[in-house]
Amino acid sequence: MTTPEGKPPLDRKTLIDLGFIDARAKVLDIAAFLDRLDRASDANTPTDFRVDAIRSALEIARDNSPARAERILKCWSDPTTQPVAHADGKAARGAHPPHTS
Amino acid sequence: MYIDPHVHMVSRTTDDYARMATAGCVAVTEPAFWAGFDRSSAAGFHDYFRQLTESEPRRAAAYGIAHHAWICINPKEAEDHGFAREVMSMIPEFLSRPNVLGVGEIGLNRNSKTELAVFEEHLEIAARHNSLVLIHTPHLEDKLKGTRLILDAIAAHGKINPARILVDHVEEHTVRMVLDRGMWAGMTLYPDTKCTAARAVDIMEMHGTERIWINSAGDWGHSDPLAVPKAVVTMRARGHTAADIQKISFDNPRSFLSQSGNFSVNAPRPTIA
Repeated sequence: MTTPEGKPPLDRKTLIDLGFIDARAKVLDIAAFLDRLDRASDANTPTDFRVDAIRSALEIARDNSPARAERILKCWSDPTTQPVAHADGKAARGAHPPHTS
Repeated sequence: MYIDPHVHMVSRTTDDYARMATAGCVAVTEPAFWAGFDRSSAAGFHDYFRQLTESEPRRAAAYGIAHHAWICINPKEAEDHGFAREVMSMIPEFLSRPNVLGVGEIGLNRNSKTELAVFEEHLEIAARHNSLVLIHTPHLEDKLKGTRLILDAIAAHGKINPARILVDHVEEHTVRMVLDRGMWAGMTLYPDTKCTAARAVDIMEMHGTERIWINSAGDWGHSDPLAVPKAVVTMRARGHTAADIQKISFDNPRSFLSQSGNFSVNAPRPTIA
């Protein structure tokens, strides 16, 4: 690539100019999603592991350490190492349920 | 001018071929995959492999696009080991066709023991036929574990040069381990579930452009057959040079795919079916 050591070709100010509105919209979408869940008629039922996964990811996103995207993906990943006996359906769910780890 | 090295054109309309050609696509490669439902017989796969190697190349050629295929039983239909073996027995017949590049997209879906056994048998077929290998890594929370299982299985098998293997659908948490083992890494540009263009460019900035390609993996689901040219636009906006853009969108896929003597960016003369 054009720049060494993982640095983007553009400076920080230009990257903010390019990406801020898009990032702003995505943050608002997440906030509105959580608000929507709170407004649901069954809002007092136990929380869903996928929503917990979103909240855990938000904690990572707001810290000041690098590799946030990589750490969020790892946070959502199945931590086990051995193949499972049988495939549990065809579709992954997006985050690993805590009770199966 | 670009190559989309992973796109499921059987699921796309002819208008998509026209749009891709207009955007500069000169070649596509199409791995065998899950059609959105389970086929009920091995004969259904035989028909699908004929579609990939006979019908799609004609459809692509009408738009000046070279079309090549990869053959396998995908991991989503590999849970029945006997059925998978019946389908795998047909693979050699198609590997000998002049527009087939190798075995793919093999790999894991839910990381089951049977999926892993079928993956290992595919590796053996590829080794026996000296074929290139295109590997699908699992979705979402299964990707990290599945990628590790796949890389370990390849190392244990040990009969295929890593430079002839592309591990696809890498993201931030899997790209390094693939490159460190000497294999190629593919980044799939999906609206929701894999890499966005912005993140793919981030990964290139952090890990370089050696042995990396980008693809749309356009199929019947939420996907975009123009994802590669749109990523090029993102690269340009992010200040990357024309040389870098050509490397990631054309030179790199051509280098990997040309290891198969069957690959060419020149489409055959259009014919009527």
